[in-house]
Amino acid sequence: MKKDVKFYMKLFASTFYLSAFTFGGGYVIISLMRKKFVDQYKWIEENEMLDLTAIAQSTPGPIAVNASILVGYRMAGVPGALLTVIGTVLPPLIILSVISVAYTAFRDSIMVGYTLRGMQAGVAAVIIDVVINMIWNVTKEKKVFPIMLMIAAFIAVFLFDISVIIIILVSGLLGAITIYSSKNKKGETT
Amino acid sequence: MILLTLYWSFFQIGLFSIGGGYAALPLIQNQVVDLHGWLTMTEFADVVTLSQMTPGPIAINAASFIGIRRAGIPGAIIATLGCITPSIVISLLLAYVYYRYRGLATFQGIMKGLRPAVVSLITSAGISLVLLAFWKGEAVTADLTKIDWLSVGIFTLALFILRKWKVSQIAIMVGAGILGLCIYPFLS
Repeated sequence: MKKDVKFYMKLFASTFYLSAFTFGGGYVIISLMRKKFVDQYKWIEENEMLDLTAIAQSTPGPIAVNASILVGYRMAGVPGALLTVIGTVLPPLIILSVISVAYTAFRDSIMVGYTLRGMQAGVAAVIIDVVINMIWNVTKEKKVFPIMLMIAAFIAVFLFDISVIIIILVSGLLGAITIYSSKNKKGETT
Repeated sequence: MILLTLYWSFFQIGLFSIGGGYAALPLIQNQVVDLHGWLTMTEFADVVTLSQMTPGPIAINAASFIGIRRAGIPGAIIATLGCITPSIVISLLLAYVYYRYRGLATFQGIMKGLRPAVVSLITSAGISLVLLAFWKGEAVTADLTKIDWLSVGIFTLALFILRKWKVSQIAIMVGAGILGLCIYPFLS
């Protein structure tokens, strides 16, 4: 891929654009990044994006910020990471700075409330759309281990509210153990 | 001096909030309300509400909001920088490690375990968002009158369009916002 000015502009513009529309937490921006960088631009592979998500999730700081740094680094090293992180923090920085001047009016505005309620439903649909694709990707290979792990992790986090850190640690450990047990059986390296 | 304090405060918030989203809330409260008295508890609650109404991570929103009120635009920039410094350093280190060692068997094993777990984490967050939208942020009950049916309608329409055609997600979100703005006034 040609890393010219146009490429850097595209990288910056896409993170700025995604960040400006990310209501509802880090996972929403990750879903949007996946759609943009994996499906649309084809810059990053599906599995690689999931790896980066796992790293973003286990690193201190906002997930959206971490994810943008990882994607930027992947695309263009440290300069790329700096570019994407600026793209990600500028929209909230600008918006909050403007709003802080008259924030009570904004907070109490009925019109803003109606728009946001509509957007909330839209955001939910966007993330569910991405979720359907991701679940399909895990299940299509019809392997027992990832499917079981996915179900178990879902029950743990959704029903039992178990800490994300614990889920990440346990599933990473389980993954490492499976690699070694399958290696011993086959007597080969994977 | 205030700039330095702002930087250091938000540096700590960035460094110690792991797991994203609301995990950072108690930390922010501790720094800006309890330790420095930059905001009253009511103002802090307002910042949380504003964060839900505006894009961006809550820690960045809080940094911008408090920074600008304490020390103007430089304050907002410095507080935001403080908040993202730990992320930049640690994420870059991990990215380096990931791209250097991802060929190793153990590393691949760990990632094989992490991928399905990450899908579950995102699924869980997605379902929570759906419940939040349908039940207007209140407790989920079987009482059908408590459900925001317009929200259900917008959600279903949006998901149908997303599955059926290749449309931009941003267009879907803006469209959903416009529908809300046009229809909700007639319902209440």
